[in-house]
Amino acid sequence: MTDAIHPPALRVTDDMACPSGDWTLIALTPRMASLRRALADAGATRWDLSELTRLDSFGALLLWRAWGHRRPDQLMLPPAFDAQFARLDALGDAPVPPHPRFGPLDALAALGVAALSLVQHVGDFLALIGRLALDGLRLLTQPRQWPIKEFSANLFKVGVKAMPVSALVGFLIGVVLSYLSALQLKAFGADIFIVNILGLGVIRELGPVLVSVLVAGRSGSAMTAQLGVMRVTEEVDALSVMGISRYVRLVLPKVMALSVAMPLLVLWTSAVALLGGMMSAELQLGLSYGFFIETLPKVVPPANLFIALGKGAVFGFLIALVACHFGLRVKPNTESLSANTTASVVSSITLVILVDAVFAIATRSIGVPV
Amino acid sequence: MSAPARPPVVSLRGVSTRFGTNWVHKGVNLDIPPGEVVSLVGGSGSGKTTLLRQMVGLLTPSEGEVRLFGEPLFAGSREAQRQRRRRFAMCFQGGALFSAFTVYDNIAFPLREAGIASEAEIRDLVGLKLAMVELQPSHAALMPAELSGGMIKRVALARALALEPELLLLDEPTAGLDPTRSASFVALIRDLQQQLGLTVVLVTHDLDTLAALSSKVAVLAEQHILAFDTLEAVMQIEHPFIREFFLSERSVRALARGQGS
Repeated sequence: MTDAIHPPALRVTDDMACPSGDWTLIALTPRMASLRRALADAGATRWDLSELTRLDSFGALLLWRAWGHRRPDQLMLPPAFDAQFARLDALGDAPVPPHPRFGPLDALAALGVAALSLVQHVGDFLALIGRLALDGLRLLTQPRQWPIKEFSANLFKVGVKAMPVSALVGFLIGVVLSYLSALQLKAFGADIFIVNILGLGVIRELGPVLVSVLVAGRSGSAMTAQLGVMRVTEEVDALSVMGISRYVRLVLPKVMALSVAMPLLVLWTSAVALLGGMMSAELQLGLSYGFFIETLPKVVPPANLFIALGKGAVFGFLIALVACHFGLRVKPNTESLSANTTASVVSSITLVILVDAVFAIATRSIGVPV
Repeated sequence: MSAPARPPVVSLRGVSTRFGTNWVHKGVNLDIPPGEVVSLVGGSGSGKTTLLRQMVGLLTPSEGEVRLFGEPLFAGSREAQRQRRRRFAMCFQGGALFSAFTVYDNIAFPLREAGIASEAEIRDLVGLKLAMVELQPSHAALMPAELSGGMIKRVALARALALEPELLLLDEPTAGLDPTRSASFVALIRDLQQQLGLTVVLVTHDLDTLAALSSKVAVLAEQHILAFDTLEAVMQIEHPFIREFFLSERSVRALARGQGS
């Protein structure tokens, strides 16, 4: 037996078929099509396998399928290859069950499952808030148990490290908004209203929502993925076994950090966006920086700033909660991790915009100069 | 079986490995002839798994050369490399099953990628491989997360066997299995090896496995291959590591148990 490959072949004389050479995957691969045809056309009743030099389970399977899933009545089989066919004989009794097809009933079931899972999500989300509240209350009596270090690390991660990107996006949005508004306002000769539009728009609405979308994509997804991988590697279970609450040690610091970091990020991003708008206004309309800065507090009541900070805190709280909710649901497989991370980002952005609408209605009479 | 004309399946020539300033291997030479079952043993941190990963090209040695089937692993065209890679398979320590796929799809994956078999043939082949590793056809629909440790190892073995490899590399095949399961897994590998005429290279800490399975033992210590011979011959060598590894009271008991099975 040498390493050289004996090319597989099939010789048919009368009703006697005689495969020869190496019937192995490697040797068969280049000659697959012609051999398949030869096997299909063979139509032999007698088979002689004594000229085979090698046979692996793939080659055996090809022959076995050509025979119609059973040994032919007249078969010359060298004992060396008997084991290959013995396994195939056993297979005939218990084939692998086929995948069930997806029918209309399955579609209905899938719809039901989706509806139920939505209910379950809402329930679990409320339970998460409840647990967090209970743990928070318990921690009031045990001030040493507060996860201060984790809080500080998270604050740095979601707050300080997000500053460059939020500044860049804020600045560009400010410039674009100012540029587009300036074009319109110039036509009406209402140049100085650029301060009102930018001030109110950015501070009250655009700043918090913009930062929320950024943070949900940046920090929310990271939180979900981190918790998810910790689930996969059983780190979360290890914490539980040590008697350490995953809510106190993992969820609480994230929620606290994002609730604190978000208002600060909103402040920072709005400021940079206004800077961008101010520079654009100066270039487009010739509005001096001094005038802009002087006018801003007059046309934008300070209440707007507090609304923005409040929104920031609430949005941050929600994004972190949603991220942790989905992170703790990850099952130990890659598919679940990716599905939950996607769901986390999509849900938190949707939720933020929903809550923003509620804010808009609730605060419609506050801070808007009439 | 072992005609002198056949080149060694795995050949390491002067393989040296450095992590940072730390030399893990220095001038490792090893030739594994076809049909052998070689256990690679060594103290922890002696770079057994590193050597195994170098054999399959996951790591490149700092110096030296790895040849598989008489040719360097990365020689030739892409197609030639692909053909060569089809001739060996590896079972990772944790199974490394694709967690998003069912057991069926995991085993079918290499077959589908190779693009040579029809779906109906793949169905039969998967059934055959499952039977080979002594799993039931009903297990095909399970996800890897639903499997026990022993089943994961079996499915990983079935997946490795899917493309009929000539060389099988096993990283800690019995780690994390209870003694009964590990004994049956060892018996399974031994039967398959005898039926299919595979060459097997395994890394193991488990002396039961080593004694039951290996036709040769390669001892990796002091940064090179200290000995490469049958278990009996290796145990005759006077060396502190060998004495400690094979001849401690516990080891002798385990070896006797393994050889008895």
